[in-house]
Amino acid sequence: MTKRMTNTFITRNDLQRAWVITKREIRDSFRDWRIMMPILFLTLFFPALMNFTAKAAVDFVSQYGAEIIGERLIPFLLMIVGFFPITVSIVIALESFVGEKERHTLEPLLSSPLSNIQLYLGKVFASTLPPLAAAYMGIIVYLVGLYINLHWVAPIQLLIQIVVLTTVQATVMVSAAVVISTQVTSVRASNLLSSFVIIPMALLIQGESVIMFWARYDVLWAIIFGLVLLNIVLVRMGVQLFNREELLGKDLDEINVGAMLKFFRKEFVGESRGSIIRWYRYEVTKSLKRLGIPALMMIIVLIAGGIIGFYHAALYPLPLALLQDVINSSSGLRDRLSDFGFFTTQGVGLVLYQNVRASLIAAALGIFTFGVLSSVVLMLPISLAAYFAGQAAAAGYNPLLFLAAFILPHGILEIPAIILIGAATINLGASIIAPPKGKTLGDGWLIALTNWVKIFLGVAFPLLIGAAFLEVFLTPTIVVWALGK
Amino acid sequence: MIESHNLTKYFDDFHAVESVSFNVPAGNVLALLGPNGAGKTTTVRMLTSILKPTSGTASVAGYDIVTQPDQVRASVGVLTEHHGLYLRTSGEEYLDFFGDLYGVPKDVRRKRIKNLLERFGLDEAGDRRIGGYSKGMRQKLALIRSMLHDPPVLLLDEPTSAMDPQSAKQVRDAIADLRQDNRAIILCTHNLAEAEELADSIAIVRKGRIIALGNPDALKDQLLGAKEMEVRLAASHNGVGDTVSDLVTVVARGDSWFRYRAENFDRANPILIKRLSDQNVPIVSLTEVPRSLEAVYLRAVEEDEGTT
Repeated sequence: MTKRMTNTFITRNDLQRAWVITKREIRDSFRDWRIMMPILFLTLFFPALMNFTAKAAVDFVSQYGAEIIGERLIPFLLMIVGFFPITVSIVIALESFVGEKERHTLEPLLSSPLSNIQLYLGKVFASTLPPLAAAYMGIIVYLVGLYINLHWVAPIQLLIQIVVLTTVQATVMVSAAVVISTQVTSVRASNLLSSFVIIPMALLIQGESVIMFWARYDVLWAIIFGLVLLNIVLVRMGVQLFNREELLGKDLDEINVGAMLKFFRKEFVGESRGSIIRWYRYEVTKSLKRLGIPALMMIIVLIAGGIIGFYHAALYPLPLALLQDVINSSSGLRDRLSDFGFFTTQGVGLVLYQNVRASLIAAALGIFTFGVLSSVVLMLPISLAAYFAGQAAAAGYNPLLFLAAFILPHGILEIPAIILIGAATINLGASIIAPPKGKTLGDGWLIALTNWVKIFLGVAFPLLIGAAFLEVFLTPTIVVWALGK
Repeated sequence: MIESHNLTKYFDDFHAVESVSFNVPAGNVLALLGPNGAGKTTTVRMLTSILKPTSGTASVAGYDIVTQPDQVRASVGVLTEHHGLYLRTSGEEYLDFFGDLYGVPKDVRRKRIKNLLERFGLDEAGDRRIGGYSKGMRQKLALIRSMLHDPPVLLLDEPTSAMDPQSAKQVRDAIADLRQDNRAIILCTHNLAEAEELADSIAIVRKGRIIALGNPDALKDQLLGAKEMEVRLAASHNGVGDTVSDLVTVVARGDSWFRYRAENFDRANPILIKRLSDQNVPIVSLTEVPRSLEAVYLRAVEEDEGTT
């Protein structure tokens, strides 16, 4: 009923019941000319047009000895022919739930004994299958035409890649669009929010286009893998967020800033009753306890970043002589470091500003990427440090000593700060996938945001202040001492 | 069949339904009367396990609305506030779809669809698109949808709205038949005559609360006072009321009429008629003073306004 779908095991009965919904929706789609005309056009006419384009292009470039352009264009157009029909799936998916709500046909459906997952799956299948079938047919039309005109046969691996890529892209778009459809209150709002699906997909297609012309088809497998993971996240998100009461009950998409601020304040202050000690004891501790798994994930990411950085030191070595020069000719190092702001309070401010800015950028990126990009951003300094440690190793120095001198003095405070900020950001990004039980998406996100602010202000920021002082005063002192200058 | 104990629903600070309790046994009809926004639809949605109550409990056909929502929904037929029909689908297809959703076997649902369409005069329209139906036809189709899986409980929101008198009668007859078949029915309606005709008990809902609950006669006695009879005479007969004051309590009188109450009308009325006849008083009529449900409703609202 109103509890979220926590049991996500799909049974055969679930699929059979979902199919009842899917069948009806597909039949209804076939009666809607606004859906059928684009599908027919993209299935029949568009592949023929691409055939013509491919042949014309191949004939043209051959005149100038640039056959490679034609060779790369043909598979690229195969990908396009498969992609265009599946864009129709967004249209169907975006109005899958909210459209029924607007037409007042949703309540009888919600009153039926279909479980949440059966209803959800039925809609997802209904949005995916017709455009996907059209995409496959379009690919067939294109390939048949290519064989007739150019005697071109697609390599089997490439064909499998394109078919799988098309399928996964369709399911990702549909999964994202259905999530939107369950969360908004009007088709108009869902269309506006569709840009969150369309723009990333458009960027992805551009990237894939580059890969196709570059003929690095092996990279497509990595893209497919990433999209599969994304699809799993989106389906889980959709399943977690699906709520009959919110679907039917919410009538207005309203940003009530006052209510949000009030909620934020209530969560932030909590049981502190104005006492900072109580705030740390109850609220910050509570927030820290929520970060167990995200912190572990962040540690793993940082370790991985370190390994990647160290590994790349061997792949991309700095000139050894340059490194040794830097180390050996470091007379007057202290003065030169002072010129860069070390050993000055101004330097502390600069380092702190840089770290805070990086934290905020990571948080902003994490919100839109379920915490993924934030982890990458926060991982970079560790990777860089490991890279230089690898370079030191290559130059014959002890990398651990390098790290102990150059990183550890301030890292002892900064690295825990990075872990906590990264963990809080993962928590923030993940809050939209699975809000806390009994909370709406908005409330769950606000709670995660409040946690982030508590962790940042209460723990990470003080650590960063300490780390800035150490980085500006202590670390260079140790470095100068270690280098004997 | 339907039991509700202090069912309450808040939407943020808004109290949509407040401590609603009632019991609808099998073979009974409860009419929920109230203005728009009173909480009738919210109550029905809780009983259909679409909305979760803020507090309180309820069971439908023996299933708890919170912990057994799928079983509740399988046992309930709902006629929603908006008919919720797919306009590009034909009537038969639509009913076949919902019958399938409710797990009605194919051969059974085909027969039921045919019978129900015939019963409600939609058999010839069954293969036409719903988009071409009139309002009344759509309402009937939605009602058929709610009955198709033969549920033991029916929740009907304004079943006869937008219907012509003949269709409305068909629907009322169908509801009466369903009651005879031992189903528990909740009827949300603004039509007081319909509620009086069909309901075994009436709940008057206002601002999310039930302000009056009982069978129609009990509510009339409670809110309008005891039943009264009125005698009309052919000519003026002053003082005739005094001749029967030992038998009944005369509450009002005029030149050629008087109204009275009695403890037992079945016993008192024949004696009264005989006595008046013996006195050669020409009786034109002896009727019950009408106590309409409308008067009950208005009195209930008036009293509630006075106390709040």
